[in-house]
Amino acid sequence: MIARLPLRRPRVVWWAVWFMAPASILFAVLVLVPVVVAIWLSFVRWNGVGAAHFVGLGNWSQLFSDATAGASLERTGILVGASWVLQEPIAIALGIYIAGRQRHRAVLSALYFLPLLISGAGIGIMWQNILSPIGGGVQYIGMHVGFLSFLNKNWLGSPSLVLGTVVVLVAWEFIPFHMLLYQAGTRGIPNVLYEAAALDGISPLQRLRYITLPLLRNTIVTSSTLNIVGSLTIFDIIYTLTQGGPGESTRVFALDQYIVGFNEMNFGYGSALAVALGALGIVVSLIIIRVTGFGRMRSQTEGL
Amino acid sequence: MSTGTRTLGNRYNALEAGQTRLQAQPRLLRHALSGRTARRALALLLALLWLVFAAGPIYYMFIVSLEPQSSYLSSNPWFPTTGVTVSNYSAVFSSGFGQYLLNSVITTVGTTVLAVTASLLAAHVIVRRARGVSAIIFRLFLVGLAVPIQALIIPLYVEVLRLKLYNTLAALIIPLAAFAIPLTVLILVNFLRDIPRELVDAIQIDGAGPVRQLTALVIPVAKPAITTVAIYDALTAWNNFLFPLIFTQSSNVSVLPLAIFNFSSNHLIDIPAIMAAVFLSVAPLFVLYIGARRQIIGGLTAGFSR
Repeated sequence: MIARLPLRRPRVVWWAVWFMAPASILFAVLVLVPVVVAIWLSFVRWNGVGAAHFVGLGNWSQLFSDATAGASLERTGILVGASWVLQEPIAIALGIYIAGRQRHRAVLSALYFLPLLISGAGIGIMWQNILSPIGGGVQYIGMHVGFLSFLNKNWLGSPSLVLGTVVVLVAWEFIPFHMLLYQAGTRGIPNVLYEAAALDGISPLQRLRYITLPLLRNTIVTSSTLNIVGSLTIFDIIYTLTQGGPGESTRVFALDQYIVGFNEMNFGYGSALAVALGALGIVVSLIIIRVTGFGRMRSQTEGL
Repeated sequence: MSTGTRTLGNRYNALEAGQTRLQAQPRLLRHALSGRTARRALALLLALLWLVFAAGPIYYMFIVSLEPQSSYLSSNPWFPTTGVTVSNYSAVFSSGFGQYLLNSVITTVGTTVLAVTASLLAAHVIVRRARGVSAIIFRLFLVGLAVPIQALIIPLYVEVLRLKLYNTLAALIIPLAAFAIPLTVLILVNFLRDIPRELVDAIQIDGAGPVRQLTALVIPVAKPAITTVAIYDALTAWNNFLFPLIFTQSSNVSVLPLAIFNFSSNHLIDIPAIMAAVFLSVAPLFVLYIGARRQIIGGLTAGFSR
């Protein structure tokens, strides 16, 4: 690609070629090539060691009749929807709250962000032990604090509870990040708007309804799309918490393609699942880039 | 949906209901009750409830990691009623955590240096030569931003095997850096664009070549952006679990997220030691967070917080 530079410009700008080379080569070899290979693999049958057999659309027709994949996609859908509904309102409320400059709010926000530092794997392992039915901290509270006795359940072991538990723990992991986005968004709202509104005798609820929320529109879009893509591809926390179990109760789509690929060593069909996952992710992400523009093409505060 | 979820939902509903209720009261009464104070108290109460949910588990992890394994099951795990011990930490270290910590540091530093250096060079070209091949490559980077890592693990695994990188730290550093490049380039490009053209032209007229332009002008001016992306890349590398899970096997190249997972699978009943292992894997970040909170928070939302 770089060799074609002379077509546009008569002389090769060598410093530019050398400067572009490291990033371009890394990106081409480890991102672009794998994309092409993944698509190619989705048309073959291969266990990783022997020869690959071309099966045409075989993997793809299998995908549409695969009950396990269908069920896992459904779980992913539930996870994505429930996560969005649960996380966004809480993140908005807390984000607006910690946007205030008071000292106690600064202290609270510093503590709120702690979960952001822990790896998904660490969060999974930590919660697995907190929720353990044998002496876990949550069970202890359920047994000893009367009004919290509902906590005394096997949150990760019961097939009917576990997906809901995962939704709550994913919220624990990601609400701090979205809260941070909303804190920054709220702080970016020009103060003159609030001052003008105060002169008009606006109530706090009206202030929220007519100033804060409308001006957070772009943040809501960004946060929501990141939230959706994140839940769509979420892997670490579920893998370390339940490995998809009990049974297949938490086998979401990202886990399904990992299990098919690496536990069953079915690289061809696993790739078809992976390409389907990637395509879903890309469609949503392209919406992010389009809507937010990343270059802030549209101003939320035009005329100020 | 689980009861847990409903609790959270209710908490938010309560917040709204609370506001509406106060709103509905007649103006006079609200003043009499000092509605502003009541509202603030209610908000603080809900904020404290969230604090319990957010920080409680981390507190629990730390406290349990200090409890003797023998009495953990028989006493209240939330308080160290039977004394405090560091024996869990020594058990974790004697199972090889020093090595895992070192591996994590090497992987994180290697990834960050590689990704930031390569991205800075590319960003400089993209900003200085806005048309032609560099613009096309920049567009490809932007598309790459949308590709989820999870969807590429099978071809990456095959490639890592073919490149003879399997079971080395390079198998983590090189792919992690490659996946960090799109966002790192994007943020740096956005920042470098704001450096006035006249400054670059002036230094160029003075005879500064591309390398000197970078070291004498771009890097000093872009320091805040470089810090932000470096922190973002470092956090991502430190906490990555998927690559070590797939690309490494032996414990001598294990990094912390994989090591704590293996440790917890091998010590199923020794919960205080597992908690000590997880806590140790986050402790360096907690220490950094105390020292450089502003920078770390900036890095966490690199590129997204506007």
